[in-house]
Amino acid sequence: MTADSMGTNENVLSVRGLKVDFTTPDGDVNAVKGIDLDVKPGETLAVVGESGSGKSQTMMGIMGLLANNGRVAGSARYRGKELVGLPVKGLNEVRGSKITMIFQEPMTSLDPLYTIGRQIAEPLVHHKGMTFKQAKVRVLELLKLVGIPEPERRMNSYPHEMSGGQRQRVMIAMALANEPDLLIADEPTTALDVTIQAQILDLLRSLQQRFGMAVVLITHDLGIVKHFADRVVVMRRGEVVEKGSIKEIFEQPKEDYTKMLLAAEPSGIKEPPADTAPIILEGRNVSVDFAIGGGFFFGSNTSFRAVDGVSVRLKKGQTIGIVGESGSGKSTLGRALLRLLPSSGHYHFADKNISNFDRSAMRPLRKELQLVFQDPYGSLSPRQTVGEIITEGLLIHEPQLSRADRDKRAIAALKEVGLDPAARNRYPHEFSGGQRQRIAIARAVILKPKVVILDEPTSALDRSVQGQVIELLRDLQAKHGLSYIFISHDLAVIKAMSDYVIVMKNGKIVEEGPTEEIFDSPHQAYTKTLMAAAFDLE
Amino acid sequence: MTDLTDIPTTLIPPEESKGRSLFQLAVIRFRRNRAAMSGIVMLTLITIFSFFGPYVISHSYDQVFPSYVTVPPSLEPLPKAETLGDVMKGVADRARVELRDFAVEDDSFTATIHSDQPIDPRSTRYFDRANEFDNTQVTATEEDGRTLKLTGEVHREYFPFGTDANGRDMLARIMLGGQISLAVGFLASLVSLAVGVTYGAISGYIGGRIDNVMMRLVEILYSLPFVFLVVVLVVFFGRSFILIFLVIGAVEWLDMARIVRGQTLALKRREFIGAAQALGLTDWQIIRRHIIPNTIGPVIVFVTVVVPKVILLESFLSFLGLGVQAPLTSWGALISEGANKMQSAPWLLIFPAIFFVVTLFSLNFIGDGLRDALDPKDR
Amino acid sequence: MFQFVLRRLASAVPTLFIVVTISFFLMRFAPGGPFNLERPLPPATMENLMKAYHLDQPLWNQYIQYLKNAVTGDFGPSYIYKDNTIAELIGKGLPYSVQLGTYALLLALIGGVLVGTLAALRQNSFLDFLVMSVATTGVTVPNFVVGPILTLIFALLLSWVPAGGWGDGSLKFLILPVITLALPQLAVFARLTRGSMIEALHADHIRTAKAYGLPQRAVVITHAMRGALLPVVSYLAPCAAALLTGSAVVESIFTIPGVGRYFVLGAINRDYTLVMGTVVLVAIFVIVFNLVVDILYGLLDPRVRHD
Repeated sequence: MTADSMGTNENVLSVRGLKVDFTTPDGDVNAVKGIDLDVKPGETLAVVGESGSGKSQTMMGIMGLLANNGRVAGSARYRGKELVGLPVKGLNEVRGSKITMIFQEPMTSLDPLYTIGRQIAEPLVHHKGMTFKQAKVRVLELLKLVGIPEPERRMNSYPHEMSGGQRQRVMIAMALANEPDLLIADEPTTALDVTIQAQILDLLRSLQQRFGMAVVLITHDLGIVKHFADRVVVMRRGEVVEKGSIKEIFEQPKEDYTKMLLAAEPSGIKEPPADTAPIILEGRNVSVDFAIGGGFFFGSNTSFRAVDGVSVRLKKGQTIGIVGESGSGKSTLGRALLRLLPSSGHYHFADKNISNFDRSAMRPLRKELQLVFQDPYGSLSPRQTVGEIITEGLLIHEPQLSRADRDKRAIAALKEVGLDPAARNRYPHEFSGGQRQRIAIARAVILKPKVVILDEPTSALDRSVQGQVIELLRDLQAKHGLSYIFISHDLAVIKAMSDYVIVMKNGKIVEEGPTEEIFDSPHQAYTKTLMAAAFDLE
Repeated sequence: MTDLTDIPTTLIPPEESKGRSLFQLAVIRFRRNRAAMSGIVMLTLITIFSFFGPYVISHSYDQVFPSYVTVPPSLEPLPKAETLGDVMKGVADRARVELRDFAVEDDSFTATIHSDQPIDPRSTRYFDRANEFDNTQVTATEEDGRTLKLTGEVHREYFPFGTDANGRDMLARIMLGGQISLAVGFLASLVSLAVGVTYGAISGYIGGRIDNVMMRLVEILYSLPFVFLVVVLVVFFGRSFILIFLVIGAVEWLDMARIVRGQTLALKRREFIGAAQALGLTDWQIIRRHIIPNTIGPVIVFVTVVVPKVILLESFLSFLGLGVQAPLTSWGALISEGANKMQSAPWLLIFPAIFFVVTLFSLNFIGDGLRDALDPKDR
Repeated sequence: MFQFVLRRLASAVPTLFIVVTISFFLMRFAPGGPFNLERPLPPATMENLMKAYHLDQPLWNQYIQYLKNAVTGDFGPSYIYKDNTIAELIGKGLPYSVQLGTYALLLALIGGVLVGTLAALRQNSFLDFLVMSVATTGVTVPNFVVGPILTLIFALLLSWVPAGGWGDGSLKFLILPVITLALPQLAVFARLTRGSMIEALHADHIRTAKAYGLPQRAVVITHAMRGALLPVVSYLAPCAAALLTGSAVVESIFTIPGVGRYFVLGAINRDYTLVMGTVVLVAIFVIVFNLVVDILYGLLDPRVRHD
C-alpha cells in the first residue's frame, strides 16, 4: 500500500477520486464511486472484480469512451497531464499513441469492412503522420511480432477471415504500433479458448518485457492475475475493496470479499457410481452433419461433420464431463444424444432402442431427458413469468394437473433450487445471472427427469456464483439420483463435477477415462496442452 | 473451502411479489415520451371527431345545399345578415309591400312592412316561401293594418369548413373521410398483421426448403407492380369499402412477413427455443407460445408504420379514382379533389390536408415512441 | 464475380416467368375485357375484334402464344392505343421516366444521406429535430398534395418555372417534378441513414477507433459511414425500380409523357398487353436493380463478397 502517495509524474497513470455516473430513465447509476489508483512505469496492475464492479467503466471513463449517457468526474493524470475533462482533440494526442487498449470482444472490436493491415496502420498514419504506404513496413513487422503466420498475405485479410485468437493478436499489434507507455487490456482473453488464452497472455507478457510498457489488466479471472500481474486492485460495486502486491492479496487477503473471490474456485470431487449401476443413456457411433449453404435453384450442398462417430455410455447416477474448445462438437453431441437434431448412430434410453424414434415418438420421453443451457439470459423467454416458464413442461407432460397443482409444483421446484417461491410471478429480466440459471434448472427438475444434459451451465456466471450453482447441481443429483452429462470448456468445473471425462476435438474423442486418470496422467498430447494451459495459470 | 449455498435466496428484490413484465416497463418508458403521448392524444381526438362528430353536427355528409355551393369557411352563420336583408327585400317586393325595417337576431328576425293598402296578414306566406325564413307571424298591426310587424325564424347554416362544389358541408365530409381513412388504415393493418405474422413465423421457424419457397413467393409478389395488383383485385372483386382494406392488407403483408421472418430466424437461435424443444413442445406450440409473443415488439412498431402507409395508399387509390365511391369519401379523395381546385377554393385542400397530416404525424410520433420504449438500447 | 452475375441472371428467368404467368391469368380472370365499353359494340364487330386479337382462342393457347412472342421481344399491340405496339409505347415513354427518375434518385440519395448523417451526429439536438420533422413531413404528405402546392407557388404565383410539360427537357421543366418525386424517398433515406448511423456509432469497432485517437473525421466517415450505408444500399433497389419506371401521379400532375400512366390506364381499360408489358418492365427493373445492389453491397461489405 505504498502507492497511495500523491500522484506524481513518476506514475504513468494516477487516478484520484474518479467517479463514473450513468443517467438512465430509472435514475442515475453510480458505476464508479470515487476510486484512487496508480500505475507505475513498466508494471502490471490487475484490476479484479466480478461483473458490475465498475472495473471496465473506470478505464472507459479515463479514456473518454463512455456511452452517451455516461459522465466522468475526478482526476486521472497521464504523466501529470489531466485527462478528465480534456476535449477530444487533446485526448487524441494520448489515445492510441501513449495509451492504447485491447478489448474483450475480438469478434466486434475490429471494423469488419477494412483489412487488418489498414486498421493496424491507422494509428501510425494519424499519430506519426505516415502515409498508408509508409506504414506498411511497420505493419508487417508488427504482425510478425504478434505471431501471425504469413503476414504479407494476412495483412490483406478481413477480420471475419480470422479466428478469435488471431484477431486478438491483431488488436495487440495495433496496440503496440506506436510503442505506448501504457496498455489497457480489458478482459483480453475471456472470449477465447483456454489454449488460445495461454498463448495470448504469453505473448502479452513477452512483449511487455521487450518494450517495457505498463499494463493495466482488467479481469475477473484470478488465475490470470496471479501469474501475470505485479499488483492487484480488487473492486466491488464501484469501490476499491483492497489493493496490494500479488503476494499480499493471494497470501494474506484482508477483506472478506477478497477471501471469497479466492475461495470461489470450484472444488470437491464426484464419486463414481457403483459398477453395477445400469446404463441409462447410450449413444453409439453418433455422427452429426450440418449442411453449409446450398441455394434453392442453384448452389452446391456441402456438409460439415460436427460430430464424428462418438460413443457415450451414461450410467445411472454418473456425471460424464465433456471437455473441448469451441468447435469441438461437444454441444452438438449433447443435443444429438437427446435426439434434438438429425443424427446417425444407435441410441438407447433405459433399455429402449430409440434410434428410430421421430419427434413425436420422442415427445413422451422428453420428460425424462432434460437440458440446461449456457446463457441464462437467452434460455428464458423474456415474455413469460418465471411460473409460466417452469410449468410449461408440466402442461405438455402432465396435462391432468390443475392450475393449483402446477402452482404447488412450481413452488416446490423453486424452493428446491434455492429461490423464493414469490419469484414465480416475476419476469426473467428481474433476476441476476445466477438466479436465472437456477430458474433454468428448476424448469428441468420440475419434470423429475432421469438424465439432465448441462451445456456450459456455469460459463456465463461469475466465479463466486459458479460455486453456488455447482453445489446446487450436486445436491439435486444426490437427492434425485440424476445422471448428468456436463459439457464445459472449463476444466476446473469439470474436475469438480464429473467422475468420468471425455475430451473432444474436431468432432472426435481424443481421450476418455475416469476423472482422476485424465487429470493426473493424461496420455494424449492435446489433453496435456489443455491441462497445461488451464492449470499453469492457477 | 467456504460453502456458499446459503447466500443467494435473499437476493430477490423485496418489493411486491408481482413483477413488471417487459411490456409494462415499455409502457412506463412510453408514457415519459412527450411527443408520443401528444401523438396519442391527437389521434384520440381525431378519432372521436371523426366517429362521434357526425352525431353532434346537423348536416349529413351527403346533404346538398344548392344555395351554398363552394362557400368559404366561416364561423358566422349563413346566409349573412346583409344577404338576408337582400333576400327579405326581394320577398317584400314580391308581396308588393315596402320593407321599412329588418333585423336579425340569432335564429329569428323582425321586420316591419308597410303598404298604402291594408296588408292581408296571409301575405306572410310569401315570407315562408323563401328558403331562409319560416314560421312568420304578425306580432303587431299598426296604422289600420297598413303597417305590420312580423317575426319569424331564420334558417341559417353554419359551415365552419366551407362547402364543396356540390354544396356539401366539408365538416361532415371530413368526418366521414376520417372514419373511412382511419378504418381502412387500422383494418388493413390488421389484415397485413395477421397474414404477415403467421406467414413470416412459419417460414422462418420451419426454415430450409419450405422457407426458401415461401420467401421466393414473397419476392415474386414484390416484383409485381402494386398498382396492377390492386387494380386487378379491385376489378376482380368489385369496388367496395371492405375490399379496399382487404386489397391493401393483402399487399402490405409482404413487409410484415419479411420482418417477422427475420425476427424468427434470430429467435430460433435463442436458447429458450431450444429449451422449448427439449421440453417436447410441438412446432406449432413453439410458434404460438414462444415465437409470436417475442416478435411483438418490432411488429407493433411496424404496424405504426403500416397504418400511415395504408392511409396514404388509400388516398393514392382515391387519387387515381379507384377508392371509395361518392357520396362516400376519404381524406385522400378529399385532398385530391381539393388539389384540383386549390386556386379557387383552397379550403377544400387545406382542411382535409390538416387532418390527414396531423394524423400521420401523430402515428409517426407514436411509432417512434414505441420503438424507443420497446428497444431502449437505441438511446 | 462474373459467374455470380451470370448465376443471378439465370435465376431471374424463373422469377420473370412466374411473374408473367401470375399476371397473365390474374388479369384474364378479372371480369370484363378491353372491348367492354360503356356503349356495347354490335356482336359482329365484337367478334371480329376478338378474332383480330386472338381473344377467341382458348386461354391456354393465348398464354403459350404470348410467351412465345415475349421471348422474341414482341409484346403485342396495345388494345387502346390501337396504332401502337407495346414496345413502341414503352420505348417512347421510358426515356422520359428514366431521366426524371434518375435525377430524383440522385437527389433523394445524396440529400437523404447527407441530412440523415448530420442528424445522427447531432442526435437529439435542434438540428436533429428539424431534419427529422422535415423528413417526417416528406413521408407523410402525399405527392399529389406536394406537386400541386409547388406548382401553385413556383409556377403560378412566382412564375419561376413552367407549370408542367416536358418542353425541351431543360432544368426549369424538370425541377418541380424531380423534387415532388424525390421528396418522399429523400425522407426515407434520411430516416434510414440516421437510424443506421446512430447504430453504427455505437458499434464496438467505433469504440476501438476512438480509443486509438483517430480524428473525428476518420471515425465518422471511414468507419461509421461505410457500415451505416449498408441498409441504405439495400433500400436503393426497390427505390430505384420504383422511381425509374415512372410515377403515375407525378406524370399526370406535370403532364409528362412517361410510362407511369400506362400502369393505371392499362389496368383500368383492361388493355391486357399493355398491362403485361408494364409488369414485365417493372419486374426487369426490380431484378436488375437487385443485382446491382447486391454487387454494390459486396463492394462495401467484404463479408458478402461474391468471388
